[in-house]
Amino acid sequence: VSKQQTRTIKVDVLARVEGEGALYVKLKGDVVQDVKLKIYEPPRFFEAFLRGRHFSELPDIVARICGICPIAYQMSAVHAVENALGVAIDPSVRLLRRLFYCGEWIESHALHVYMLHAPDFLGYPDAIAMARDHQAVVQQGLRLKKAGNRIVTLMGGREIHPVSAAVGGFYKAPSKSALKELVDELKWALDASLATVRFAAGLDFPEFEQDYEFVSLCHPDEYPFNEGRIVSNRGLDIDASAYEENFTEQHVEHSNALHSVLRGRGSYMVGPLARFNLNFDRLPDVAQQAARDCGLKVPCRNPFRSIVVRAVELVFACHEALRVIREYEPPAVPRAQTPARASTGQAATEAPRGLLYHRYILDQEGLITSAKIVPPTSQNQKRIEEDLWHFVSQVATRPAGEITSKCEQAVRNYDPCISCATHFLRLHLERE
Amino acid sequence: MSSKVRRKPRIAVFKFASCDGCQLSLLDAEDELLGVAGALDIAYFPEASSAMLKGPYDVGLVEGSITTHHDAQRIQEVRRQCKTLITIGACATAGGIQALRNWKDVDEFIRVVYATPKYINTLKLSTPIAEHVPVNFELRGCPINKHQLIELITATLAGRKPNVPTYSVCMECKRKGNVCIAVAQGVACLGPVTHAGCGALCPSYDRGCYGCYGPMESPNTGSLSNQLRILGQDNAEITRAFRGFNAWAWQFRKASEESERT
Repeated sequence: VSKQQTRTIKVDVLARVEGEGALYVKLKGDVVQDVKLKIYEPPRFFEAFLRGRHFSELPDIVARICGICPIAYQMSAVHAVENALGVAIDPSVRLLRRLFYCGEWIESHALHVYMLHAPDFLGYPDAIAMARDHQAVVQQGLRLKKAGNRIVTLMGGREIHPVSAAVGGFYKAPSKSALKELVDELKWALDASLATVRFAAGLDFPEFEQDYEFVSLCHPDEYPFNEGRIVSNRGLDIDASAYEENFTEQHVEHSNALHSVLRGRGSYMVGPLARFNLNFDRLPDVAQQAARDCGLKVPCRNPFRSIVVRAVELVFACHEALRVIREYEPPAVPRAQTPARASTGQAATEAPRGLLYHRYILDQEGLITSAKIVPPTSQNQKRIEEDLWHFVSQVATRPAGEITSKCEQAVRNYDPCISCATHFLRLHLERE
Repeated sequence: MSSKVRRKPRIAVFKFASCDGCQLSLLDAEDELLGVAGALDIAYFPEASSAMLKGPYDVGLVEGSITTHHDAQRIQEVRRQCKTLITIGACATAGGIQALRNWKDVDEFIRVVYATPKYINTLKLSTPIAEHVPVNFELRGCPINKHQLIELITATLAGRKPNVPTYSVCMECKRKGNVCIAVAQGVACLGPVTHAGCGALCPSYDRGCYGCYGPMESPNTGSLSNQLRILGQDNAEITRAFRGFNAWAWQFRKASEESERT
């Protein structure tokens, strides 16, 4: 390749991500000139049409932002409203919410590890083609995904957009014996997750590390789901109510996009890698040991290894689900009273893809007058582009086809959910 | 030349404005997925595969509603490429939750959500696929029921009518032996006017149906609105109840506009 030759690498439809995006990389010789992660998913305006709706409708409506992680949206919404209304939830409800989240993490991580990300490492276009050579691996992934979906279905009626979550708790709490029926499959899932860690750790990883600012929730003694302060490896330590003072969106000229940044500091990363690096000591022994056994270092700064970290989180989620089921006693009342009052509430919870922030302002009738939702993918978007800038220069001498597939893989490291992000990403719809 | 070798039917999955949940239903059919993949040639399914083969296709599954000029053109091309076109889910069959814009000023919506309004290219209405092109079958639900999807694909390939009932959620409740929560507890429930398919989930979880499968074949929404008033709901609440995930389906649209005017 001549020093002056300009090459562009375009992926018009990014596959194996949730939602519609495209990738554009421009090289001059082997030097990167431009990187754009383009989003052409049409906007759906959730924050606008939520105004005038009652807070009790929120869990059902915000679930529809994402078919892959509806529980994350339900959880951030109910906690934000409970914070606004000053409602305390029953300890059993708190446990149930952790179990609900375990189900979603297992389903979402198994989907990503086995069906969306592993085909990159093993050189297949999809898990179905991969199954022809690795049938047992894909079947293990599908069964693991199903184990997560079984928790969600038992607690909420269906895998996608479950119906039981409510402000104050649940419409109906499961019985102890119903949960016990999940135990055998979850014990299998725990073993399968350990096998997933070994499988993922055995893949080939590009040598690529970045100096990230990792951001996640941090709870004094639990691996985070619904509660904790928002912390980073560079000293951030705030309550969710201070999120908007610390994070903002920035207009980036080269892409006509606004990206979520930490004020005065720039890009950051949310998601499994951030949670793992900031909360390693809160993982149960079995998950810590699995990470150590496969040589996963803390902090892990190679985003390609996020597939291993997702597998470690699968171990955690299966272990945690079993713990919750062991300790669970049904709440006296599944749903606390939630009298309306004029108020504002914020909350952040850990969606499978990372921190998910919600803020609502309610009037005295309980109707929403303002809503703000910041999903994980819009927070990671700037970081994904920065990874690509650095990574492309590392592989620039390779043939175009290989650069393209490696770049796609680098985007998939983040398990981006473009459907989620689009309703909030401030992106220019560019046509060529 | 032998034409005896049966070619596997080619299937494609297309996405418009949506949450991805309905196409995920296909991947959520964990027990059936590899079997389905063996019987079909999954030619175009970007969410699951980077191998994206050109049309024409025997069956096209379409998720999502039409909300941009670009998508209004794209659905025409999708229709031309697909012998049988099936729309899946409330967005594709009724415009989805994003159709709430249809009663509002979309330019104001853009200003609320987006910092640079001029970059946003959107239509004033979110509309179902069938308002743009002829559709062979509409599968309801937000999200669709994955067992109904498998049944629909199987029936389409076999050339028979799919077994997808059009009666109301009430029928499903009766079959399950649920005590009617509207009658026994006075809970507002859209079950009497809502298309079956979910298995009467909400009443089974101690809450009223919120209509995510859209209107049944011939719903008596006026009668239900009266019943909701008797249960203590005001007109604003009744309007919101019909203005959910299937708000733009004409029967629910008519009901919400009637209660809004009252």
